[in-house]
Amino acid sequence: MSATTSYIGKSVKRVEDKRFITGKGTYTDDIILPGMVHSAFVRSPHANAKIKKIDISKAKALPGVLAIFTGADVAAINGVPCGWQVNFKNGDTMKEPKHPLLVADRTKHVGDPVAFIIANTREQAKDAIEAVTVDYEKLPSVTNAAEAVKPGAPLVHDDVPNNICFDWELGNPKTEVEEALSKAAHVTKLDFINQRLAPNAMEPRSYIGSYDTTSDKYTLYTSTQNPHLIRLLMCAFVLGIPEHKVRVVGPDVGGGFGSKIYHYTEEALVTWCSRQIGRPIKWTSERAESFLLDAHGRDNVTTAEMGFDKEGKIVALRVKNLANLGAYLSTFSTCVPTYLHGTLLQGLYTTPKINVDVTGVFTHTTVVDAYRGAGRPEATYILERLVELGAHEMGIDPVELRLKNFIPPFDGVKQPGYQTQVALQYDSGNYEGVLKKGLEILDYKNFRREQQEAVKNGKLLGVGFSTYIEACGIAPSAVVGSLGARAGLYEVGQVRVQPTGKVSVFTGSHSHGQGHETTFAQVVADKLGIPMEDVDIIHGDSDTVAFGMGTYGSRSLAVGGSAIVKSLEKIIEKGKKIAAHKLEASEQDIEFADGKFTIKGTTKSLGFAEIALTAYVPHVYPADLEPGLDFSSFYDPKNFTYPFGCHIAVVEIDKETGKVNLKRFIAVDDVGKVINPMIVEGQIHGGVAQGMGQALLEGVEYDEDGQVSNGSYMDYCMPRADDMPMVETASQITPCPHNPLGVKGAGEAGCIGSTPAVVNAVMDALWSGGKKIKDLRMPLTPERVWTALQQ
Amino acid sequence: MNVKIKVKVNGVEYSHDVEPRLLLVHYLRDTLRLTGTHVGCDTSGCGACTIHVNGKAVKSCTLLAVQADGCEILTIEGLLTNGLLHPLQEGFHQEHGLQCGYCTPGMIMTALDLLKNNPKPSEDEIRHALEGNLCRCTGYHNIIKSIQYAAEKM
Repeated sequence: MSATTSYIGKSVKRVEDKRFITGKGTYTDDIILPGMVHSAFVRSPHANAKIKKIDISKAKALPGVLAIFTGADVAAINGVPCGWQVNFKNGDTMKEPKHPLLVADRTKHVGDPVAFIIANTREQAKDAIEAVTVDYEKLPSVTNAAEAVKPGAPLVHDDVPNNICFDWELGNPKTEVEEALSKAAHVTKLDFINQRLAPNAMEPRSYIGSYDTTSDKYTLYTSTQNPHLIRLLMCAFVLGIPEHKVRVVGPDVGGGFGSKIYHYTEEALVTWCSRQIGRPIKWTSERAESFLLDAHGRDNVTTAEMGFDKEGKIVALRVKNLANLGAYLSTFSTCVPTYLHGTLLQGLYTTPKINVDVTGVFTHTTVVDAYRGAGRPEATYILERLVELGAHEMGIDPVELRLKNFIPPFDGVKQPGYQTQVALQYDSGNYEGVLKKGLEILDYKNFRREQQEAVKNGKLLGVGFSTYIEACGIAPSAVVGSLGARAGLYEVGQVRVQPTGKVSVFTGSHSHGQGHETTFAQVVADKLGIPMEDVDIIHGDSDTVAFGMGTYGSRSLAVGGSAIVKSLEKIIEKGKKIAAHKLEASEQDIEFADGKFTIKGTTKSLGFAEIALTAYVPHVYPADLEPGLDFSSFYDPKNFTYPFGCHIAVVEIDKETGKVNLKRFIAVDDVGKVINPMIVEGQIHGGVAQGMGQALLEGVEYDEDGQVSNGSYMDYCMPRADDMPMVETASQITPCPHNPLGVKGAGEAGCIGSTPAVVNAVMDALWSGGKKIKDLRMPLTPERVWTALQQ
Repeated sequence: MNVKIKVKVNGVEYSHDVEPRLLLVHYLRDTLRLTGTHVGCDTSGCGACTIHVNGKAVKSCTLLAVQADGCEILTIEGLLTNGLLHPLQEGFHQEHGLQCGYCTPGMIMTALDLLKNNPKPSEDEIRHALEGNLCRCTGYHNIIKSIQYAAEKM
């Protein structure tokens, strides 16, 4: 491998930018296929209603309307599947009701699709919505998980008693944890709701289904984070079409944040219907539909207790969660509140006894699934709120309390990984390092002085800390398989060296803002010792890329990058054989560095391009070697990766209005080795804004009728430019010991650390002014903070 | 029932018969195939569809195509001069002001309006000017820096 590094670790400007800044990006809705027609949905206005009758006759007669499908037409087709099986504690299989492409009998949340209209133009399809008459019998509904499990609550599915999908437990035996809590010198307890969020990728979901009769082949263009996964789920589980007869393309995709992982009913419908009507069909979501249909995030009702001894050492943690799953199971909805959440409750602390108990609950709401961080933000929120509140209650400085409880540093090489009480083994960490770095940037001592001054002047200043860990780079297939995953979570990377020595890389990972075309090219160029311009990164097309599991869980570089590195190693190994033959040397004597194959200790060498050409024009060539220079590899990680960090928020509360002003935000993140610091910082900035959004601004609200009462940008408070300060970022690097690049992943860190940091800062400000309040409900709106100030 | 409109878009004159309900953004995207202008929300909340009409930034999902009759329109595709990037486009590239790229054309067109009226805006003034444009990727941090970069160059 190349000894010198010319790209890795540098803030190389992004190669994909050019098309986006000139308006030449190609998102799904930008594509118009020959003969393409448009579509729209009739959607349920009720959360729970019996469909007594549907009359489509008037709508069908309208100009331009080509076809209308209802639930009866697709009754024989399977529903969209769930990709993770979580069983009841007693071993019973989780409840897995059908999630149909169109509802035939009873709608289960507002927005549930009742009829699918296909027309020549978008306007004609929308006009026809009004002409479909549906006779509904409205039934009582329930949207809150705590209400849904009460006896007598309306049932979402008649065959799911008490609306319970599964119950699940992890960690030390409950009795041991209870005993430790009963002996604790101090117990801090919180009851709260980690509220429901709407993901709000800026590009609404969009799909085009197309069927070609001559080849009997379907093509689906989809705004997805994982084209191959969609093909697998849609072909094998829903439509029963052989995979080689389906091409799935995820072109430029305008943000995902989890919401574009899942296989949605609309994808299967446009694909299936395109064959029925013999025309390509486009469907593009309106924003109002996005609020009702794109899988939401979070929505846990939590009770959590943390016990401390008299020195402030944590002795036990008990967590009980009701996880709202929505009306159906989405692709990964069952693993988010369980295996992606409970397993992170060790946090950065040496807590010896942990028990987590989770009940998955159906409600008459939009499905809930992974949203940036997925389970890990919820776990971090529990831990960091409890530690901070515990510190306030016991009169210990929150920094001191954390330092007292941190797991000591370990590199995962000389020192072993850290075995948690909740199944995981952390790979490497230096937790006090990130906190100390954060304190330096903050100038903590000075801040506390300023805070005291502020109180004297009638102002409320607060600082909040959050020291987090996450499990990324998902995931070792055998491990997740044993935990209920119904897929492997490896990644595929193919490196095709062209005869001229230029390189095409095909990755199963997918970029929807992450910048793969740049970072992956940096890795390939450095490892081969060639200019980045000679490397092209290709992704997003199931006919071009061999296979892949896609992008989520901060896995692209740790898993997808590692697959590419495996292929690069094979390229270099074969290159050495070719070079040895041409240079008349033994293979063991050839070394590869800086793009040259050299006989050790001599100046006799051949360039990478020369070797590539020889591989394709094999005139002087080893007898037992195949021509060509093209390798594909599957990489299945050995463990998760465990990025961690320290986030610090400084806020000032306006006492007159209750408005929280986020004055500073410091993010010290350790994401292992960094390929492109500019891109990593960008990921942190965006994640912090989303996490801050949950703390102060965002939350999907349902009214008593099951209607989303803030389903537009007039009502749902997205973070805007003037809600954010400049984010002060810093990094620490503790390499991942088990993947070839030493990287851990950076996509979700910002969103995981920031929410509790901001909430803790607000609580600190309130306590500094003598308002010793245990908790406030997120989002901490001016009204909620103002009300607290009046008490 | 269609209505005839004449518009000048990025310096080119067009004449089309359009459905009276056709939104300007759909006219640009579907009829003229200028797909750099995006639709993010349909209700003028996100700013992804921002273009310039007669020199002012407007949200093109708020206007009907017929309302633009006789107007001069500038979209993201019209910002290149002789193949060279506009300082704002350069700024977004240099300062990593975009990730998924979906909000970017609208951001750039809004920023262009700001810099026309306030060539050296403060950070607060930039943040205020961007209130009508949503970005979910960047936390706005590098968008601010991109606009500051352009303000220096322009």
